[in-house]
Amino acid sequence: MSTQLDLVPVKPTTAIVGAASTRKSSRAVWFRLLANDRVAACAAAILALVLLTALFGPILMGHVATSIDLDNSNQAPFTLAHGWANVLGTDPLGRSMLARLIVASRTTLSVAIPAVVISAVIGSLIGMWAGFYRGWRETLAMRVADVIMSFPSLLLAVVVLYVFSPSAANIVAVLALTRIPVYLRTARAESAELQSRLFVDAARTFGASATSIITRHVLPIVLPTLLTVATLDFCYVMLAESSLSFLGIGIQPPDVSWGLMVAQGRTYLNSAWWLSFFPGLAIVITTVSATILAAWARIATDPGQRWRLTVPQKRLSRFAKTTKALS
Amino acid sequence: MFSFVRRRMYTSALPLIIVLLGVFLLARLTGDPTSLYLPESATEAQREAFAQKNGFDQPMLTQLGDYFTGVLHLDFGTSLRTGESASEMAFRAFPATLQLAFTTMLLAIVGAIVIGCWAAYRPNSLADRFSSLLSMTAASIPDFWFAITGVWLFAVLLGVLPTSGTDGPLAWILPIATLMIRPLGVLTQVVRGAMVSALSAPYVRLARSKGAGDLRVVTHHALRNAAAPALTVAGDLAVGLINGAVVVEAIFGWPGIGKLMIDAILQRDFAVLQAAVLLTAVSIFVLNIAIDACYALLDARVREPARV
Repeated sequence: MSTQLDLVPVKPTTAIVGAASTRKSSRAVWFRLLANDRVAACAAAILALVLLTALFGPILMGHVATSIDLDNSNQAPFTLAHGWANVLGTDPLGRSMLARLIVASRTTLSVAIPAVVISAVIGSLIGMWAGFYRGWRETLAMRVADVIMSFPSLLLAVVVLYVFSPSAANIVAVLALTRIPVYLRTARAESAELQSRLFVDAARTFGASATSIITRHVLPIVLPTLLTVATLDFCYVMLAESSLSFLGIGIQPPDVSWGLMVAQGRTYLNSAWWLSFFPGLAIVITTVSATILAAWARIATDPGQRWRLTVPQKRLSRFAKTTKALS
Repeated sequence: MFSFVRRRMYTSALPLIIVLLGVFLLARLTGDPTSLYLPESATEAQREAFAQKNGFDQPMLTQLGDYFTGVLHLDFGTSLRTGESASEMAFRAFPATLQLAFTTMLLAIVGAIVIGCWAAYRPNSLADRFSSLLSMTAASIPDFWFAITGVWLFAVLLGVLPTSGTDGPLAWILPIATLMIRPLGVLTQVVRGAMVSALSAPYVRLARSKGAGDLRVVTHHALRNAAAPALTVAGDLAVGLINGAVVVEAIFGWPGIGKLMIDAILQRDFAVLQAAVLLTAVSIFVLNIAIDACYALLDARVREPARV
């Protein structure tokens, strides 16, 4: 058993030791890691921009997004002839596309973020709990996860949103429910693996309660993985909300979300391509950024691979070339 | 092997039963089921007559019994829209979806094997970059937007492909391309990963030292062992294809089960929705069993019930 302990892959156990005193400097380390990877830094900046737009954009542009101007309907984008607000064109009612995109970003994020947070919290807690106790709790949790996973998420959403009216709260609830198994499985696997580690055994020997072992010893180690999963899942939830809104069973007019805007622009595909192109592009830019950031986070939270991010990119590619030449 | 499949059948049957129960419960959760089955414009007299005819005034257990008898007889009631039997409508729409899904999966699997093997065989090559681009696309492009942009580009601007419909082979290109994004991207990544580890395994080195050619090593030795993980993921993706099918069929007017579901929702036709959902659930159940059987054929270790 003692030899086995050495074989267990290295996990960021150091994060717990003296976490309070080194928190400030470790945050600086994270920033440096992010700054070193230019693509990931761009992705993080774009996500931050989208978030800020969703927070403050509607306050600044809200009145522009609803002001109807029938003389200016379906104006083509990329011209300043009709004012800077119409730089991305106008919709059939002459409303500014740019302002509508900004207002829609809030709806889209206010569905995606709560859904991710709710499913991540519930899924991780149940997963860690199941992995801690093993036995029937584990079996039960995994069976339930299997049942949810074996049913297409959109189908579940379709049935639930038929029975209950399609409101933002219901969409959040359905999406959260369908994504719980993702976190549950990850958290359970990691938590179950940790139960054989020495520090968990030690905590048990000292008489620590289940709650304190889970929050103080299991959670800090599982957290980086779960955050990576959550970043990736953010894309999935955003796409699911957009699909539902596109199909007409998600966000309902007069509210507006990016997916709904694509659906509304579909009728004008012959004459005004920008109506459905730009909202879709907004979705793609956001999801691509989240995917890149998740890939970066996976490397940054893995102590075995973190060194890749500390080397400047140019030297890294040279390093990769030398290893290729050697092999 | 049969005992393995039978064992898996019990675990796969559980979701099916839960779906059956779930549809029944959801229909009663809102209080008055007539408000669910009938359109919002139905009059009070219509509602009462409907409740009487369908036994909604009976006790819950009797209703549950009737429901299960109805399911076994494939009787889900009649469509409010057309007056036809709901299950007949679902069965008529089913082959169109099946054709679409089957073609998509076949192309995705073949494509993923070719690109994935190539990427694993030559790391950092063009194929390797292409495979990571594919997986990025799969995770981040909304399928409905891809479809609409495709329609705009190829049907509206260039005029080479039809915007919708099912006639002619050209009409298949855009729906299949849209449906394929996700399975192709994910599967390529899985095949690549499995092939990378298989190509560095001792048995591949042994095959090479025997003097087997490169192509033979890849196809006969490495790929066979890499197939099992890819198969599991392919099964999950095939289930997820239903998600895409709903969107794709709605956009391209494909007369399949997905379009039937969306139409049923928008026109508040619960009997048809129920039939379509249950038919889908049953086909997922059958698919899972088939995948498990294939898995057992591929991997001898699975057949023996070694307790894990």
